[in-house]
Amino acid sequence: MTGTAAGDPVTWDDLHIGASAAPRVDAPLTITDFVRYQGASGDMNPIHHDPEFARRAGYEQPFSVGMLAAGRAASYVTDWLGPQNVRGFGVRFREQAWPGDVLTYTGRVSARREENGERLVDLEIGCTRQTGGEHLTAWATVVVGT
Amino acid sequence: MRVELGKVREFARATGSSHPEHIEGEHPVSPVTFLQTAAFWRTPANEALPAGRDMRRVLHASVEFVFPKGPPRAGTRLTGQQRIEKEWTKTGRRGGRLDFVLVVTDYTDEKGDLVAHVRNTTVVTAKPTGATA
Repeated sequence: MTGTAAGDPVTWDDLHIGASAAPRVDAPLTITDFVRYQGASGDMNPIHHDPEFARRAGYEQPFSVGMLAAGRAASYVTDWLGPQNVRGFGVRFREQAWPGDVLTYTGRVSARREENGERLVDLEIGCTRQTGGEHLTAWATVVVGT
Repeated sequence: MRVELGKVREFARATGSSHPEHIEGEHPVSPVTFLQTAAFWRTPANEALPAGRDMRRVLHASVEFVFPKGPPRAGTRLTGQQRIEKEWTKTGRRGGRLDFVLVVTDYTDEKGDLVAHVRNTTVVTAKPTGATA
């Protein structure tokens, strides 16, 4: 395991293939989390906060905004290796997450290389529900300065 | 669009980051997925998808961000232009039709240099998404 807290120096030597950050376990999701994200992002799809609209779409209640956990997965990466170092980040959405779900984020180094004088690591990021179901999978490419 | 200081802080908070590089100073680094806030700047002139899609039938499939020099800092003025790169159809597990669309947005700075390349794939389902799940 390598450093995890914001500001912890993580070096190129630390980031061998298979190196991982400590998992992050978030507090249970609330509709307030969805609303705060929707207000911040400008995505006002009512399926994430309007119970009647969600029912008309075939759901028992509103479900989480995929981009909320995507953003939190990105924060997990930037807390680990620094905001300005990210060169790429991608997410594939899997099963929906619901109010009360506890999401756990994990990350490990899957590849490393030098390109144009920069040292880059590729990361595999997971985000699973308390059921074990995958909410999303993500990847990131990050420059390592030291 | 202008990468705005207050918006960067608001977005960092909403996505669970308190990293000082997202918060401190006049020009903090914007969060990795911050360019989703371009929703506030879209107009018919720079938007690829028609407005008014039935949101009961839309799901987000994937998104990718590429930053040649890292995410833009607050204060940067960006110009974004969307285009539809690809459209395709699949049959879902329950036999329903799934219409995928990949929308690509390139963001350039005042000098015309590419700052970010964003790829968003959404799906439109035949029925409301909860009925097909």
